[in-house]
Amino acid sequence: MTTKLNARHRLIPLVSMGIPLLSVIGALGIGSLLLAAFGANPFVGYREMFLGGFGDIDAIADTLVKSIPLLLVGVGICLAFRTGVVNIGGEGQILAGAILSTLAALAIPNTPRVFLVPILLIVGGLGGAIWGAIPGALKAYVGVNEILSTIMMNIVAGHLLSFLLEGLIIEPGEIRIQQTKRLTENSDIPLLPGGTRLHFGIIVAVFVAVVAYVVLKRTTLGMRLRAVGHNQDAARYAGMSVQNNIVLALALSGACAGVAGALLVFGSESHRLIGEGGAAAFTQSAGFNGIVAALFGGLNPLLTIPASFLFGGMLIGGIEMQRAVQVPSALIIALNGIVVIFVVSSFRLKRKLEQAMTSSDRDRA
Amino acid sequence: MQTEPVAPMLEMRCISKRFPGVMANDSVDFTVLPGTVHSLLGENGAGKSTLMKILYGLCRQDSGSIHFEGKEVDISSPSKAISHGIGMIHQHFMLVPTLTVAENVALGLGGRYGISDMRPIKKRLSEVSERYGLKVNHDALIWQLAVGERQRAEILKALYRDVKLLILDEPTAVLTRNEVDDLFVTLRQLTADGKGLILISHKLHEVIALSDEITVLRDGKVSGHTRPKETTRDQLAQLMVGRPVSFTREVASVGIGDVKLAIKDLIVRGDRETVTVNNLSLQVRGGEIVGVAGVSGNGQRELAEAIFGLRPNESGEICINGVRVVKPSPKAIRACGLAYVPEERMRDGVIADFTVTENLMLVDYDSESFATKGFLKLRAFQQRCAELVKNFAVKTATLESKTRQLSGGNIQKLVIAREFSSGADTLVVAQPTRGVDIGASEYIHEQLLLRRRNGSAILLISEDLDEVIALSDRILVILGGRIVGEVSRQDVNVQQLGLWMSGVHDQVSA
Repeated sequence: MTTKLNARHRLIPLVSMGIPLLSVIGALGIGSLLLAAFGANPFVGYREMFLGGFGDIDAIADTLVKSIPLLLVGVGICLAFRTGVVNIGGEGQILAGAILSTLAALAIPNTPRVFLVPILLIVGGLGGAIWGAIPGALKAYVGVNEILSTIMMNIVAGHLLSFLLEGLIIEPGEIRIQQTKRLTENSDIPLLPGGTRLHFGIIVAVFVAVVAYVVLKRTTLGMRLRAVGHNQDAARYAGMSVQNNIVLALALSGACAGVAGALLVFGSESHRLIGEGGAAAFTQSAGFNGIVAALFGGLNPLLTIPASFLFGGMLIGGIEMQRAVQVPSALIIALNGIVVIFVVSSFRLKRKLEQAMTSSDRDRA
Repeated sequence: MQTEPVAPMLEMRCISKRFPGVMANDSVDFTVLPGTVHSLLGENGAGKSTLMKILYGLCRQDSGSIHFEGKEVDISSPSKAISHGIGMIHQHFMLVPTLTVAENVALGLGGRYGISDMRPIKKRLSEVSERYGLKVNHDALIWQLAVGERQRAEILKALYRDVKLLILDEPTAVLTRNEVDDLFVTLRQLTADGKGLILISHKLHEVIALSDEITVLRDGKVSGHTRPKETTRDQLAQLMVGRPVSFTREVASVGIGDVKLAIKDLIVRGDRETVTVNNLSLQVRGGEIVGVAGVSGNGQRELAEAIFGLRPNESGEICINGVRVVKPSPKAIRACGLAYVPEERMRDGVIADFTVTENLMLVDYDSESFATKGFLKLRAFQQRCAELVKNFAVKTATLESKTRQLSGGNIQKLVIAREFSSGADTLVVAQPTRGVDIGASEYIHEQLLLRRRNGSAILLISEDLDEVIALSDRILVILGGRIVGEVSRQDVNVQQLGLWMSGVHDQVSA
């Protein structure tokens, strides 16, 4: 009986990862219908997608670079969602982190690289934290729904970006493009050895994920956040401040996205903050895609690491697929959208299954 | 006195039902004679509900047969049960609050009685009410009725459908003492009319007062079958629990100490902004249990929450250990040395998805012994929790089990373990044994008395009058947010308490 019980328990993580994986396969199945409708061979398309994302060392490096902001935003999402607050403001928090760290790089360009890079990452985190704390405080103390306010803050950040790049920090010169000048070389994020585009940011992102995992699991702060997330009444009764923890959770969540923003500026090949083409072009929509990565990882920061990698590969591979089978780029976006819808809807099923599995344990106990 | 044996109305023969991993019913025999009350006793999970669900068509037996009025019947759904003449009054009433009593009765009838034509229904309803003395205004909306009246409406609904056998699931759980008396009168009238009644209850004195026969279930099996005259409360409890249980709580008098909790002129508003605690004052001394008795919804919850800082108080003073609490918050109150066992354990007391360990540490997790520099000392956690689980007899598979997997009684023991071990010596305890089985209740009562012996001051807020009487040194009766009566242990008069609780202030000549 006990071995059977243990076997059942070991199955639970399998369900946690398996159901989202199955839903991805289901989504790709529907996607193949769309591809076929456009006259493309789905098998060729998906093969190109896989090769584009994971085919060789350069593809994997590109996928990893793509997954950096996904992972950082995703980890922030884990912190917020586990505290019971919904953060749809990743986009704005990325921008806030990018803007503040760019301003810092412009202000102190002569600081040596060993100091400047960490400073810029911290400043970026600070920017994101402020952008998260504002809707957090609005929710905690005035009762404003955080879903609405975080989305609104995205729009504010987008306009702030284009406002700054219209004049104050625009690259000096004749051609007026919405971008800064090439920022100081002291701010460049070092590339990792191997001759790919992969830079140090991936280590930062994985480190943040591990720290977030430890915080949730092993610290008093994590205990408070999770308590507030599960049951505000019991948390209040135990003497915890529900309001402060909500603000804190959104600030931490924003900080993760803010670091992603700084890495997007200083880890990019252009080494500039670019607003041309809109805010989403700069963020690569990582503020939204990171939510999917986090849900994909079951809101566990460690599992969000492989989840971000997979999702990053799909995004990179999607570009290859489009090139290979000549379908409209909107179809690739639609395809990723279908995956998102499938994965997110599968969570209800997953939860039900997990509940059924633990409750049948209880009957046996 | 009838001499020839009466043919049984209902015979359930050798009923067995297995759920994954548990034998919910194991060859249970159960018989009801017409015109009698047969009570079904047992702890949570003993198989009472399963047996009744089988009888009412809510689930099917694996083996065994049901005979009703001499014929074997196949009850596959509640409507089948009703058509045979078997009705059930659920603990949570099945009435539509926005419809009238008569409309609720008409609801399930369907067919040619459209809701539009209420006249024949009302006429028949009046006859039925009159016959059994069930006074309810047929045109009143359900939500306007008191709980006792709603129950009468529910019984009326069953009688209208010509039930011969009525199952009553914990019918007195929600009633005041006077309403219970009314219910008993009604039930006696039903048996006098030849109806068979099945009473599910865990209030032993009611079972003894009302039943003709008693069947006790334990672990799915019949552990005893007896008659009230041939048994006692202690014997029945022993049949239920499987070991001797004592109801007479050992309450040796202890030296009464200083005032530890003092409340003066407290005014608190409830969720609907109305004054629910109205100018209330009370004191609890060390070594004393002060019981607050009253019918649900008379300000008990708001009082407890205000004392613990979970609810703002409009005016008044709360002093703990002689110190006036200026800005009450759970944290500040705990620091003053007061612990609180909340009435809704699943909402306030524990986080259901946390592990047993996490819930046991929910308050102390950041104290010096269990955290350094913000990191939890998980090993110290484990040690402490293993100790608490052992000392407070919390039954759990492992310390890492999710708390929602524990039974209600064990979750309550977990809350009590945490609160009683916190070092606080002023305790506010609300509904400590609500929904908790006899074994765990007994244990919780012992813990309360132990704390009393050790000199703690305990404010016991409970709607279970028996519990209040058994444990308290002084009893206060709360009504409409005020203390309307006070009596000390030696002068307890149940009738007087009942009158205070129901708002009849006049003294009863003793």
